[in-house]
Amino acid sequence: MKFRQTLISSVMAVSLGLGVSTAHAEGSLSIYHWFEYIPQELLDKFAKENDVEVTMDTFDSNESMLATLKAGKLGSYDVAVPGDYMVEIMAGEGMLDSFESSELSNFGNIEDQWVDVGFDKGRKHSIPYQWGSTSFMVNRDVYKDDIRTTDIIFNPPTELEGKINVLDSQGEVLALASLHLGISQCSQDRDELKALNALLQEAKPKWASFNSDGAKDVLVSGDAAVGMIWNGFGAKAREEGANVEYSYPKEGYVVWMDNVVLLKDAPNRENALKFMDFLLEPENIAAVTNFARYTAGVKGVGDMLDADLKASPEANPPADAPAGTFVAVCDEETQKFYDQIWTNLKK
Amino acid sequence: MAQASAGIKKYPGFLAVTLVCLLVLYLPLIVVMVYSFNDSASITRWGGFSFRWYHEVFHSAENAKFKEATWNSITIALMAAIAATVIATAAAIGMIRSGQWRGKASSFALINLPLMVPEIVTAVATLIFFSAIGFTTGYLTILIAHCVFCIPFAYLPIAARLQGVETIYEQAAMDLYATRWQTFTKVLLPLLAPGIISGFLLAFIISLDDFIITNFVKGAGVETLPTAIFGAVKQGIKPNIMAISTLMLMVSVCFVTVSYLVGRLGQK
Amino acid sequence: MAGLTPTTSTGTSATLSGSAFDPLRKRLLFPAWFVIGFFLVLPVLLMLVYSFLTKEFRGGVVWEFSTASYDQFFFDRGLFGDEPAKIEWTYITIFWRSIVQALIATVICLLIGFPTAYFIATRPDSTRNLWLFLVTVPYWVNLLIRTVSMKFLIRDNGPMNEWLMMVGLIDSPIHLINTNIAVQLGLFYSYLPFMVLPVYASVERFNFSLAEAAADLYASRWTTLRRVILPAVKPGIIAGCILVFVPSLGAFLAPDLLGGAKNFMIGSLIEEQFKGSAGNWPFGAACSMILLSMVLLVLMVYARSQARAGAQ
Repeated sequence: MKFRQTLISSVMAVSLGLGVSTAHAEGSLSIYHWFEYIPQELLDKFAKENDVEVTMDTFDSNESMLATLKAGKLGSYDVAVPGDYMVEIMAGEGMLDSFESSELSNFGNIEDQWVDVGFDKGRKHSIPYQWGSTSFMVNRDVYKDDIRTTDIIFNPPTELEGKINVLDSQGEVLALASLHLGISQCSQDRDELKALNALLQEAKPKWASFNSDGAKDVLVSGDAAVGMIWNGFGAKAREEGANVEYSYPKEGYVVWMDNVVLLKDAPNRENALKFMDFLLEPENIAAVTNFARYTAGVKGVGDMLDADLKASPEANPPADAPAGTFVAVCDEETQKFYDQIWTNLKK
Repeated sequence: MAQASAGIKKYPGFLAVTLVCLLVLYLPLIVVMVYSFNDSASITRWGGFSFRWYHEVFHSAENAKFKEATWNSITIALMAAIAATVIATAAAIGMIRSGQWRGKASSFALINLPLMVPEIVTAVATLIFFSAIGFTTGYLTILIAHCVFCIPFAYLPIAARLQGVETIYEQAAMDLYATRWQTFTKVLLPLLAPGIISGFLLAFIISLDDFIITNFVKGAGVETLPTAIFGAVKQGIKPNIMAISTLMLMVSVCFVTVSYLVGRLGQK
Repeated sequence: MAGLTPTTSTGTSATLSGSAFDPLRKRLLFPAWFVIGFFLVLPVLLMLVYSFLTKEFRGGVVWEFSTASYDQFFFDRGLFGDEPAKIEWTYITIFWRSIVQALIATVICLLIGFPTAYFIATRPDSTRNLWLFLVTVPYWVNLLIRTVSMKFLIRDNGPMNEWLMMVGLIDSPIHLINTNIAVQLGLFYSYLPFMVLPVYASVERFNFSLAEAAADLYASRWTTLRRVILPAVKPGIIAGCILVFVPSLGAFLAPDLLGGAKNFMIGSLIEEQFKGSAGNWPFGAACSMILLSMVLLVLMVYARSQARAGAQ
């Protein structure tokens, strides 16, 4: 009878598995978030306060998040954390649900400059999360000259060739390259597009890797001497002991704001809004800032931040630095050329 | 004569190659094991012996994530291995105790197809399949995918064992008016047991090991241990990852030891 | 092929209460056929269909017939898509690189795996199982963990370079990570047991009195190896080569963790289409189809040669 027992127990086990997978449905929140960005303790706090089970998956670029959601994962997550331009794209694709400001009791905590933003007029789909800049860091043990130029990435001095890590992030890389060439984003000028393509093709052999989630580690471990990086992530690399300096290049750099958006077909819309409200509490969003080393877009966080964060060189551009540039959203026809340039670069 | 053949069999340098081979196989594992006890947070400098990373594995804020991933890995591996072993046992009897028939070679090829198709292709095909039929990926999709590629791993040891079992036993049982079911449970199953156990263990470990297919078919918020470790490793190899690796290594070694001992029992 | 030649040894009175070989037992194969047919064969066919669909702007698929994926694979039409088609070498290069890497990995596994397997197979019974056990243990350790361990060991500031510098063998770290050599090392490390086991099995079955006969006829040791032993264990070697070559070709972890972006292999290329930012499912399906056809071709050639060897 052993065989029959095995059979029965395996059938039971399979049905148990079905049970396990559906048991989560009540009182849960599913987050699609950037990697290494939110402290686990904060998620635990939200879970405990609201008695919900929180699960989180991570992504490493706005584009891969978009591709994953478009490929059938929309409806699996409640909230996601796209960057500014990606909020606009997702809204345009009809991937976002909207809410009334009255549904969030802490809506008034949003800093005035971040309420009526170009990528989400009047904040119908999103709330501010963190903002910062994208540039690069240089290991000062390896290279001692001037680093405040994008030549370091796109036309590197010989001693840095083959030691450069670039973010695997289409929007930011192409925007920084456009700044380097001094052309406008979403340019439709064929010569400019060809020049952009040629610039990246020539720079590529001098790069060592495309890596976003490892961007900090390659600098800390010494695998790379130059790394394109977000300012807060770079601050963490410096705090972990690498002798690296963040550059605010004279050609310009990228600024961005990440936002928590309410996804269309969210399985737990209620909890998603609770979570957004939770992240508008100064105390909670300050915990994110202290963890990720960026800047929050919520009033009243100032006192709750680590002292060294205010003085960090990554968060404070030098007086003569130009203003940062947001990544632009191009129309479909133009975007196809940029997609092609990126494909050419990655292949 | 034994003396002479021993001389013939020997080739100078083969021992050295074997030792080099073992060195390459074991060095990385031993290094990770040793450094998992490193007290220093800078992972390459030795800062004295300590269990602090093991403590961290079980007590840090992230441990819930790894705990759930471990639970998923083990339950999936268990269920996939049981299902695959049952299917494979039936298939082995169906292949080896059914005489000759047309299409038998194709049937053999079909059962072993998961071994022949590259893992990444299986992963892509399975993802597309679930997406096309509108099946939300998650725990269940991982389980189904694992069950499929575990079948040949369970099948091969069982079939090999069954081929070694002569038909006289079943014949004798049937001559004594045992029903088919009795013949199977009372005669064939005990004889097959070592093959079934090693088939099950192989399927179990193959399921635990899988990364590529799981990575494609896992759904929102569902991780297995390999995908969780991969996610963490992408951001850098941290000491707690080395501690987790060492623990997994221990589990694997226990498993292979058990299957080795079972195999030896089976030979006797 | 298992089960193709059943040994009918017994039972003249068999037909009385049913035979040990009952054609009806075929029914026991139905569950396996169903599971593999429904969850593997059908998906592969669907993948073929997908490779002829249209990619939606910003990711996703439209159910419209298109050969764009295969066109993208083989032809380059310039940045704006309006130039005359040239041969696109990029993807062919990635495939070629993967084939070369897999071949080199196979050869290295053979060069190291054969002596190891031979050495183990010729140990006395008392120690043979122990040696075999030692070689197979790492195979049971999670592949991801093995690859990560290798990465940790060989990185620029890793223990290996640290020791070598401490001993004074080298002055500056040997740069291995993100090179083809690192990928090679990873593939070798991943698949070596696949070579050792089948070779071991065939050497163990080899009748060494043949080698003695050769020696009696004054063949040197190496001539004996080349002319007598190697031909006899060839099936094991070929099986081992296929078991190393096929998974190496589609490997993902070793190139991804050890190779960096410049040492893209097929596995990473396909992964990028589904999990990465490219989000081009039809193209990923097309690459998978091309990889699958290559592997099936190798396996068919192998099956042919087996059949021919069997016929002789």
